Amino acid sequence: MLDLEKRSNPYRDDKVIGSCSIFGMMDLRGRCVEGQPVFEAMSNMRERSNGLGAGFAIYGLYPSRPKDYAFHVMYESAHGKELAEAELARNFDVVHAEEIPTNPQDGVTNGPMLWRYFVRPPSEDGVRFQELVAREVTRINTTVKDAYVFSSAKNMGVFKGVGFPEDIAKFYVLDEYRGYIWLAHGRFPTNTQAWWGGAHPFSFLDWAVVHNGELSSYGANKRFVEDYGYRCNFFTDTEVVAYAIDLLVRRHGLGVEMACKVLAPPVWVKIDGMPESKKALYSSLRISYSGLLLNGPFSVIIGREGEMIGLTDRIKLRPLTAATGNGRLYLASEEAPIRLVDGDLERVWSPLGGVPVIGRVGQGICYEEEGA
Amino acid sequence: MCARQCGFGVHTYDEVADRMISDQSKCAGCQRCAVLCPTGAITVGLNPYSYAPNFYWTRERITDLKRQAESGGVLLTGCGNDKPMRVYWDHLVLDASQVTNPSIDPLREPMELRTFLGRKPRRLEIVDGQPVNGDPQVRIELPVMFSALSYGAVSAQAQESLARAAKAVGTLFNSGEGGLPRGLRKFADNAVVQCASGRFGVDPGYLRCSAMVEIKIGQGAKPGIGGHLPGEKVSKSISAARKIPVGTDALSPAPQHDIYSIEDLRTLIYALKEATDYEKPVSVKIAAVNNAAAIASGIVRAGADVVAIDGIRGGTGAAPKVIRDNVGVPIEMALASVDSRLRAEGIRNQCSLVVAGGFRCSADVVKAIALGADAVYIGTAALVAMGCTLCQKCHTGICNWGICTTDPYLSKRINPDIVSRRLIGLLCAWSLEIKEMLGGMGINAIESLRGNREHLRGVGLSDWELEVLGVKGAGQ
Repeated sequence: MLDLEKRSNPYRDDKVIGSCSIFGMMDLRGRCVEGQPVFEAMSNMRERSNGLGAGFAIYGLYPSRPKDYAFHVMYESAHGKELAEAELARNFDVVHAEEIPTNPQDGVTNGPMLWRYFVRPPSEDGVRFQELVAREVTRINTTVKDAYVFSSAKNMGVFKGVGFPEDIAKFYVLDEYRGYIWLAHGRFPTNTQAWWGGAHPFSFLDWAVVHNGELSSYGANKRFVEDYGYRCNFFTDTEVVAYAIDLLVRRHGLGVEMACKVLAPPVWVKIDGMPESKKALYSSLRISYSGLLLNGPFSVIIGREGEMIGLTDRIKLRPLTAATGNGRLYLASEEAPIRLVDGDLERVWSPLGGVPVIGRVGQGICYEEEGA
Repeated sequence: MCARQCGFGVHTYDEVADRMISDQSKCAGCQRCAVLCPTGAITVGLNPYSYAPNFYWTRERITDLKRQAESGGVLLTGCGNDKPMRVYWDHLVLDASQVTNPSIDPLREPMELRTFLGRKPRRLEIVDGQPVNGDPQVRIELPVMFSALSYGAVSAQAQESLARAAKAVGTLFNSGEGGLPRGLRKFADNAVVQCASGRFGVDPGYLRCSAMVEIKIGQGAKPGIGGHLPGEKVSKSISAARKIPVGTDALSPAPQHDIYSIEDLRTLIYALKEATDYEKPVSVKIAAVNNAAAIASGIVRAGADVVAIDGIRGGTGAAPKVIRDNVGVPIEMALASVDSRLRAEGIRNQCSLVVAGGFRCSADVVKAIALGADAVYIGTAALVAMGCTLCQKCHTGICNWGICTTDPYLSKRINPDIVSRRLIGLLCAWSLEIKEMLGGMGINAIESLRGNREHLRGVGLSDWELEVLGVKGAGQ
């Protein structure tokens, strides 16, 4: 998409901001389940969005093509489609292409053409192929007219657009898909025109982020990730969260828990009181990655292959509720939608600020209050 | 009382007439006599006597010309540039949170100002849960440090007051280029020791007696020339610290004679690192000049851990007036362009950026950090907290407030017990104010403001100025 900033940030504000509803549901045994509870939960939180953006990320989406990368692409003109398809063909082995099935809804208008492509990676060197995907997707998104790739990873996909969450779900016929992780977002933007590409989840490689908040550290975070080659083309703080965790986990090899301690670190007073070895680690993390501290209110749910992570800012200025029951982990802006869709919960709690809730397929839940 | 207090000899007692006589031509306007007069009899104001009003040939110009005609020499002065150049800090306004993002209340929430100076790793390596790489870092509890004020330029009592306050608050003081007197070596953990062109007092013991070592290339008040300590100030104890004869002028060479190029600087940086076992960050301080951005980039690539930049408003104990008032670049512009350049080259994170040169208040500090600084040095502001009234006579060796003098009679007027408390008070006040401003912006850790220029807007600035500063205009 040419002039990405102009589309995503038409008034050229410092950043694109908005309040939101977020919801995540994960089957901890990795069984793929229907999204009906997620649609109901989002509908319950309708007041938290204003119809200007909604979306879903589903992991375990394409079980028949588990090894292929699925590219979901928006086109605003036939010419854009031609250009982007030429780019894809030039760089990748596209094994299948099709229009994303949709079912028009009253509340969902001005939609672009929506296509998906399955791309087969070479059998060796998955790391290098990931880099290629990251680079090429960024290039298409910033240089190709009228085309925008909004998800590009294995066995997962993002569906998003302008409308209320329940309408977007119907529009994309999401009741026909199953997944072991469902992330959902309802948007209440305050400074962007309705643009399909601006809806959440924001996805980069297999990361998908749904975010409620406004990062007052955006400028500091942006310049830090840009030092490492990322380009914040959308001017949304959500994008910065995805790049930050990608840098820490994929490129710098930190564990997800540790990465969360960079994004929402303990306060210095707490670090000062830690035993020596822990203190050395936490101090080094804060000193080395001070530009990745996410400041200001946020709650995010981050998905990746086999993992779902919930995190809030360290003084918890945005809500997040976690719950477990029937082998599932739920994360949501509110408790009510979780209770609405699952009457048989084992545990419901409000995670402490800055303490991640991590669900892993086959391993259960990691939540350590002590580390707050 | 007033006769004893005035080192300039303004007040004398006429025994025959039994009255005080004042020679107003000698008055520096330091206010010492007026403040201490037990009867409140003295008022010090602007001398109403003047030449005929002339916008172009001002009183200052005429006086300078007459002084030069009489002396045939370079006019010296003290303190920083006092000319009415644009103060960019006053054309920058700060942001605050409303509705979409809550402001944070520093009375009720943690608010962190702790800052680390030093080179940061590009990637932190962790083995068995422990970090295994990383260069030395110096911790300061607020992003404000005391600027270089050398022993000799200021009195031992003044330097001790700075050292004590730095230790109490958890920040650094800077020895300047005059060595570190034995009595201050116990403050090593809070000391920046300078290695300047004169190399006064530099030996391995001195270098190790520090939290950070600083190579002084230049100073904002006198870019391009070396330090100048008039012989009048070189007393016996100064002579011991600087290792020069009593009463001689200590004139530092203009350049460092082992640094004629960037590769020479690299040699000195690594010589200092070798001498300190790679345990201390090495800072390189330059004056803000036209090519500061390119020079700073070279300094980082040469291995410096900290780049310190001193702007045109920077103070001095003695400098040629013509240099002080005409050479250099405002620190706001230099800071913005250096930070932008280092970022564009992807090396900003490899160093810390410290700026100096006329920081007057906590808002200046916050704006500097938003422009991209890690910390600031304050000199003049600290001196004012100690009693200085900016009479600009530092170069004479006479300071009625006991700060910028080595005369034992005058310097004992500084009681480090009291003056260090005043300095602590200043830093505590700024710290509270910085927290208020951060909280207002919805930020609770200072690192989230660093280089976050979105929190600044310009008022009354032209396009090129906004472009250099990298900020939008108000309302944009």
